[in-house]
Amino acid sequence: MVGRKPGDSWLKPVTGAAARDARPESFPQAAVAALANPRVRANIRHATTSIRSKRAAVVAEVPDWDLLRIAAAAIKDETLTSLDAVLVELESSVKAAGGTVHWARDAAEANEIVIGLVRAEGVDEVVKVKSLATDEIRLNEALEGAGIQPIETDLAEMIIQFAGERPSHLLVPAIHKNRAEIRDLFRDRLGLPHLSEDPAELAEAARLHLREAFLRARVAISGANFAAADTGTICVVESEGNGRMCTTLPEVLITVMGIEKAIPRFRDLEVFMQLLPRSATGERMNPYTSMWTGVRQGDGPQTFHLVLLDAGRTRVLADPAGRPALRCIRCSACINVCPVYRQTGGHAYHSPYAGPIGAILEPQLAREKGAVASLPFASSLCGACYDVCPVLIDIPSILIHERAKVVARERAGVEGRSLKLLGRAFATRAGYERAQRLGRSFQRPVTRDGWVTHFPPGPLAAWGRSRDLPALPAQTFREWWESRDDRA
Amino acid sequence: MIDRVALFVTCLADTLFPDVGKATVTVLERLGIEVVFPLEQTCCGQMHGNSGYPGEAAVLARRFVEIFEEFDAVVTPSGSCAAQVRKHFPELLDGDDRGVAERTWELSQFLTGVIGIEDVGSTFEGTVAYHPTCHSLRLLRVEDAPLRLLRAVRGLELVDLPDAGECCGFGGTFAVKNADVSSAMLDEKIAAITASGADAVCACDSSCLMHIGGGLRRRGLPVRPVHLAEILAW
Repeated sequence: MVGRKPGDSWLKPVTGAAARDARPESFPQAAVAALANPRVRANIRHATTSIRSKRAAVVAEVPDWDLLRIAAAAIKDETLTSLDAVLVELESSVKAAGGTVHWARDAAEANEIVIGLVRAEGVDEVVKVKSLATDEIRLNEALEGAGIQPIETDLAEMIIQFAGERPSHLLVPAIHKNRAEIRDLFRDRLGLPHLSEDPAELAEAARLHLREAFLRARVAISGANFAAADTGTICVVESEGNGRMCTTLPEVLITVMGIEKAIPRFRDLEVFMQLLPRSATGERMNPYTSMWTGVRQGDGPQTFHLVLLDAGRTRVLADPAGRPALRCIRCSACINVCPVYRQTGGHAYHSPYAGPIGAILEPQLAREKGAVASLPFASSLCGACYDVCPVLIDIPSILIHERAKVVARERAGVEGRSLKLLGRAFATRAGYERAQRLGRSFQRPVTRDGWVTHFPPGPLAAWGRSRDLPALPAQTFREWWESRDDRA
Repeated sequence: MIDRVALFVTCLADTLFPDVGKATVTVLERLGIEVVFPLEQTCCGQMHGNSGYPGEAAVLARRFVEIFEEFDAVVTPSGSCAAQVRKHFPELLDGDDRGVAERTWELSQFLTGVIGIEDVGSTFEGTVAYHPTCHSLRLLRVEDAPLRLLRAVRGLELVDLPDAGECCGFGGTFAVKNADVSSAMLDEKIAAITASGADAVCACDSSCLMHIGGGLRRRGLPVRPVHLAEILAW
């Protein structure tokens, strides 16, 4: 029985991953904890493997897949290079259709706008459509701080909210949770002590809880997958239909969207709707695509607010090499193929945008400062992400670009000094050959029988924890070549 | 028909794996190709470029171009170094790579694509699993060039490597900056190699083989890492 009244504080204070965010660790530090959790790793491996193969199968069916990718990248680039005009057009289209448009410079401004709009309705709870933009600005925490209870209605987001955690995957936020854990959460949070872990029973419990919330709610908050500037139409793509409940039942709908979600024309959706579901969930078509244009009397919400969020995006826009990161349509295909994400899951990234896209987007949004500076290095540059990206973001190249920005910003450490020294040495034949000879002399005390036996602290020790290393042989290739020339 | 090439041996093979360089020379000379080794060569700058030091990488790229621009073809036994030249030199040098980028070839691409040879006349007794290294697979798109060469080797039994296209976890400085994640990735690669039943694992990049080989040896596994050039030279 869902016996709690709206506004009751039935959510425990945020703990776990979210609490750690107060002083986020660097990616390598956070990865240690993630790697030590075999159950989470197994869940993630299972889920990503299954989505990957589904995606590959449905992508293979589309003969013009690569042309669609080129078209999508071109539409996004067109938008980004004329974003000022596109956004003003979007604003006037939304206004003409009876909506109100708000501009938010940063997270704090966006949260303040939303809180003000909810308060003006005199309610103390809102239902929410799954939204990354509101995760990014931590809207839920801001609402709770203002005495407003946000109710996540996407099943996985609801689980994450119950657990007081943060999503670990863009699209499958509870990918790290298994059924028994979900049952325990539902037992505790929904007051159902006898609930089993049968999926149908769990779904029914969630449905009953959410239906009450839908019928009660007067205000809903959503994100946006796309917003067409010419018509003012907002588009949300989802699987469960809970988003549709939020966008149709309440009287007031507030949409928070990053400014890069705008597209110039309604007909551009033709391209994205072919790419997104296939890339995201491996479906030809997603179950629910909701679109609304302002308000319509007697049908759906009678008040519509659009909050346009910058929060660092214009800064990303100013860097031509980093800019393609703003093409992202949040499909998470890159995350599902990433061998690094596969080992750590999403929490190690300390960002709503995990995996390869997170590693290029989060540092740019946060000015490469603090723990996010470790994210561009959280990749082996294997390139699997670029191969699957539906909007052709060359993620490995942007990772390299971001690394250079971090290196330029930070004081050179041991690695920096060594690389610079090596760079100078390798710039001449004499310096290079001297480095080879020095290497051979220095290694003597730490090698035996052709292998390194002692790894000094630093990079070599990090290598040596799990890998042997061959010693430098007595003769380099070039020495062999010269001896061969002498014989000839 | 190209009958003379410059060898870019790579700093890693020059210094740590000279046998890979020697094998490359053996294969090319056996096919009647004259091999020139410009002694001025050092490093393509891949490690600098990928680690966030574009200035240092550009200096090495400029040097590379000056040394190799006189040759019609540059051959290298490394997918990632070939990718550094082909993909990153034009950006690092603002397009002024004097055509060297498109004339630089990874060994298997040169043999199958440029001179059109699959059977290099070698014999290798053993069961071999081929690991397609990330940069040869996804930056150079060598596709099945190494496999076609391996299939033509007498005595060699090629076995499937499960999830072959997965990264081994090397990634240059990634292997030490993110050593724990890198090791976990290596664990999966080694499990796949073991499951393949091969007695040797073959690749087109000494760096990935150094990583995989170091992991195999640490775990006391008898599987031998072997560069494609070494098999083709047998």
